[in-house]
This record gives sequence, structure tokens and C-alpha cells, in this order.
Amino acid sequence: MRRRTALVIVATVALLAVAVLAGMSVGRFPVAPGDVAALLLARVTGAPSGVAPAIETIVFGVRGPRIVAALAIGAALAAAGAAYQNLFRNPLVSPDILGVSGGAALGAVLGIMLALPVVAIQGLAFCGGLVAVGLVYAVASAVRGHDPLLVLVLAGILVGALLGACIALSKYLADPYNQLPAITFWLLGSLAAAAPADLAAALPAVLVGLVPLWLLRWRINLLSLGDEEARALGVSTVRVRVAVIASATLMTAAAVSIAGIVGWIGLVIPHLARTLVGPDFTRLLPTSVALGAAFLLLVDTLARTLARIEIPLGVLTAFIGTPLFLWQLVRSRRGWQ
Amino acid sequence: MDRRRWLASAGLLAAAASMPRAARTQVRRDIVDAAGRKVALPARVERIYAAGPPASILVYAVAPDALLGWTTPFRAAERPFIPAKYADLPVLGRLTGRGNTANVEVVLAAKPDVIVDYGAVNDTYASLADRVSQQTGIPYLLLDGTFDRMPDAMRLVGELAGESARGEALARYARETVDGVSRRVAAIPPAKRTRVYYGRGPRGLDTGLAGSINMEVIDRAGGLNVAAEAGRGGLVQVSLEQVLRWNPAVIVTTDPTFFAAVRGDRLWGSIAAVRSGRVHLAPAEPFGWIDFPPSLNRLVGLPWLGHVLYPALFTDDLRAFVADFYLRCYHRAPTPAQLDTLLATAAPRPSG
Repeated sequence: MRRRTALVIVATVALLAVAVLAGMSVGRFPVAPGDVAALLLARVTGAPSGVAPAIETIVFGVRGPRIVAALAIGAALAAAGAAYQNLFRNPLVSPDILGVSGGAALGAVLGIMLALPVVAIQGLAFCGGLVAVGLVYAVASAVRGHDPLLVLVLAGILVGALLGACIALSKYLADPYNQLPAITFWLLGSLAAAAPADLAAALPAVLVGLVPLWLLRWRINLLSLGDEEARALGVSTVRVRVAVIASATLMTAAAVSIAGIVGWIGLVIPHLARTLVGPDFTRLLPTSVALGAAFLLLVDTLARTLARIEIPLGVLTAFIGTPLFLWQLVRSRRGWQ
Repeated sequence: MDRRRWLASAGLLAAAASMPRAARTQVRRDIVDAAGRKVALPARVERIYAAGPPASILVYAVAPDALLGWTTPFRAAERPFIPAKYADLPVLGRLTGRGNTANVEVVLAAKPDVIVDYGAVNDTYASLADRVSQQTGIPYLLLDGTFDRMPDAMRLVGELAGESARGEALARYARETVDGVSRRVAAIPPAKRTRVYYGRGPRGLDTGLAGSINMEVIDRAGGLNVAAEAGRGGLVQVSLEQVLRWNPAVIVTTDPTFFAAVRGDRLWGSIAAVRSGRVHLAPAEPFGWIDFPPSLNRLVGLPWLGHVLYPALFTDDLRAFVADFYLRCYHRAPTPAQLDTLLATAAPRPSG
């Protein structure tokens, strides 16, 4: 198992490097591969690259932030999905099970309807995601005498339905010529406008979410045995659960506020990682992070190069994610636990 | 009131309510609408319910006193451009048989003689019109909303509401405005056309492909839509990299958020239009100038775009034209301060 894991990690890192280089080199604006190499070399050595400033803007100003955003968001969604699937002991769980995407979407929709600046739209989306999950957790804590995980999922579904109704109402009331298309495009997900300022806000949130998951990896592992067994082994299940939910929510809310709704990654990538390295969370988390980052970067590179227009990320991840999921479901003999 | 009498009077009431006004009026006339539907109308039409925003602007311009209400409320910035007695008309909602926001009973309570819808004409809309007409018992007219048929729609509404002279005058005015701009830009060879990018949405990365209704006015003003090379269709999203590659000479937008952000943005700053300050926000009060709603409000955007795209060719007084347009179509001439606001974004703003 250990050798296999090492192999998988080496292969994924190689995949990541290829994805980053491909992302830097291709796009709608013609940039010679030699120019990209010269620019990268100049960054490392500090010497002037001799490449036109316009090309440098394309590679480091437009593609660079977008690549970093795709890596961070792919990693965040996959990590959150892996943690949730362990926590809920259910392979059908994705990061938005507790309503974070719905809350973020409603926040963004309100921002668009109020014609706020983009930063404020993103801020509202981020807060919307946090508030939604906070609400779900509060509702679930108020209900006693049932399986706490079941109640949590149920509260997530209920609050999700409520948020869905609020989004539908907002779309109904939105100006059909201007706001409605903007809302629709936002909900489809895209990294088309990822800017350095977005990254400055989102990256710390992703890191703050990722670090506790890594530190708690042994305890999260024990959670998959079930509450009683975990408690018998000395794990404070409630504390770990709160920490996992808070971390995953923070990461997902940051991801969704920058990219819009990007489905599938949080569901499919942990599965893929599990077939490669098994269910042990200490191996599953880094593999999911690397695979998620590479997957979203490749998909986003396709989204901006396949046609002159952008292909929505949410659409493309589902188109690629569904066959991947099915293939893996048919092929996989390994139990998920 | 005993039960039988109550039932009888309720039945009578229902019968009276379900009887269309047209049937109660003796003289009738038949009109064939844009979908080829034969619609029976009362001889005198005094109350028109406009089914959507384009129709309400059309009816308001031609026969404001026949307009029963608006489909959406005015925002604070829009109201001052409309005389109070029209701005205060009730908000009745949309009623197109699909995506309604209007309550059918509210519409019926306003007692319209006819429902007018102005926009796309196809089998879907024709069958929806038939449904609404059957449901309400009120005749439903579909008018063709394409740019070229605008004068016909104005004439028809004028005829309908007993304002034939006004309808005819507006139809001529619309034709002259469109033709005047077309004549001037027709002489420009394709290679010398101004390359323009139309950025919508808060990030300015939504745009219209070739042939989309959103680009109609820009096309007519002689602009060369850079996104046309991406194909035909409607609204789509593009990447910033693609816009950088297109490097348009002029950017036109309807989004104040994008307009405010684009000048200070380092990445957009390398585009020719941003460097030369040729980024223009189309005014939206009381109705949008270039894109939405797709009604006669877009007429005023044509010469505005002419000035924006070809300043050397359009040297006549835009201010006077705008004031005249508002008086003709919106029944109130804008104040000098209002004109200043409307025209503030027409001139290039070189940075620095």
C-alpha cells in the first residue's frame, strides 16, 4: 500500500505540473511556448525575459491567477468532499450537503440584484455560505434524541430547499433583460474573471480550512468507524465534527464565492482518490487535494480554449465527471470503507 | 339573501364577468396581427393592457392615455423622466402566458379592451396569446418587435387607440432616425468600421454573438461586433483573454458596476478602448438606450452610438436630438441637468 501511495503521489504531482504548464501555454491569445519558458526562467533568475509586456500580462496577469484559482478551488472542493464523506460515513455526500452552495448562491444573487461591485457580490456569497451552514447546524443542534448525523443531513436538505426557493423568487423578480442573464451565468460557475484580488481573499480561507483537516486526519479516520467506536478510542466526536464542518464550509464558501457553483468535484474526486489509495484519510486527503486541483485546472483550461466563448465550468465538470464516476463505479471492486 | 337568490346572482355576475367587453360593444372590427391571427376588436379601444415591458413602452409613446399600467415598477432614477400622471399608473405585471408576474384577476379588474404584446412572433407566442385570450375573454394582439417593423407597430397602436395621426408621425420619425444613421454609416468600408465590444454583467464578460437581439442597435449604428467571429447566437460568456485578443477600439456597456471598475483595472487597461478612454456606459433612464427592453427606447441609442463610434461622421447636435426624442416618445423634455447626466458617458474619457 505504501509503495502504491508513493506511486500515486508522484504520478499526481507530475499530472499537476503538466496541467500548470499546459494552462500557462494555451489559450485564445496566441503565446509562443518559447515565450512562456522565457518568462518562467526570467521569474526564477530575475533577469529580463525579453518578452513583450502584453504577452507577460497574458501569462502572469490573466492565465496565472486563473490557474492558481483553479488549483485552489479544485483542492478545496475535493478536500471538503473527502472530509464530509468520512464524517457522514456516506459516499453520496458532497461539500454542499449542508447548504453552503445554496447560501452562497443566494448571497451572490442578492448582490447582483442590488447592482453591487464584484467584491461585494463575492463577500455576500461567502457570508451567505457561512450563514446557511450555521443555520443548518443550529437547527440540527436544537433537535435532540435522534442520530445527530441524520438530523444534520436532514436540516441541510430542508435549509437547502428553502434557499432554493429564495433563489427562484429572486430570479422571478429580477430584471429579465439584465440581471437574470447575469444570475444565470453566475450560477453556472466560471473562472473567467479570476483576478489577483480574488485570490488574495480566497486563498487564506482555503488554507485556514485545509490545515485543521490535515491536523485532525487521524481523528477523522476514526470517525468513519462510527460515533461509539470513535468515542471508545478517546475521540471527542462532537468537537471533531464541528471542526470538520467549519473547515469544509470555510473552504467551500471561499471557492463558490470566486467561481460560482462548480459541482461534481467534491463528490467524484474523493471516490477516485479512494480507488487509488484506499479509504485511509491520512492518504485520502493529500491525494484528493492533488487530484482535485489537477482535475479542475484541466477542466478550466478546456473551458477557456475549446471555443471562442467560455464554456460554463459547472456544465463541463458534470459532462466530464459523470462518465468518470460511472466508469469508476463499474470498475471498482474495493469497498468504500 | 337566501341561498337560491345568492346562487342566481352569483351566476349572473360570473356570466357578466366572463363576457368580453368587446362582445358587449356593438360595433366590432377584425384585425390580423403579426402572427396572422384574426382578432376581433371593439370599434373604440380606450384601455390597453401592455403584456410586457416592450409593449408598455410602445403603447406609452403612441397612446399614453390608453395605457392601463406598467409591467414593472419604476426605480427612483427613472421616475423624473416620465410625467407624474403616467409614472403613477399602477404596476400590473407581465402576462404573456408564460413567466407571468401578473395576476389574471388584477388584469381583468383593470377592464382592458385589448391586450397588446410586442416582441418575438412565433408559434409558441401565438398559442400563448390564444390561451390568454380564451382564459380572459379579452382580445390579444401580437405585434412584431423586430427593428424594421417598428413603424408598423407604431401605426397599428395609433390606429387601435384612435391616435392615427400620432402613430403615423412617430412611425415616420422612427423610419427617418433609422435611415439617417444607416445612410451615414453605409459609406464606411468594412475595413474602416469601428471594432466594438459590448460588455454586459458586473464583470463585463457577457456579450452578444452575431445576430443576437442585444447587438441589433450596435450593428445598425455601423459597429463591427468583435464577438461576431465566435458565431451566431444570443448572450454568452467570454474570457478576458479573448477580449484582450480582440482588442476592441470601443467598449460599450450597460452595467454601471463594470463601467466604474474597468478604468482602474490593470488587465483591462491594455485594451485599446480603455487606453484611449473609449469606454461608454449606455444610459438607462427611463428605459435602456441600446439593448433592453427591446422596444422603441432603442431609437435614441442609434445616434448616440453613431457619435460614440464615428465622432467625425456624427457632428450634429446629439443633445438636441435626445431632448426632442424624450419629448416625442416620453412626453416630457429633459431638464438641462438631466441631459448632462444622460450624455455624460458619450464623450471619450482619456485616463490620466
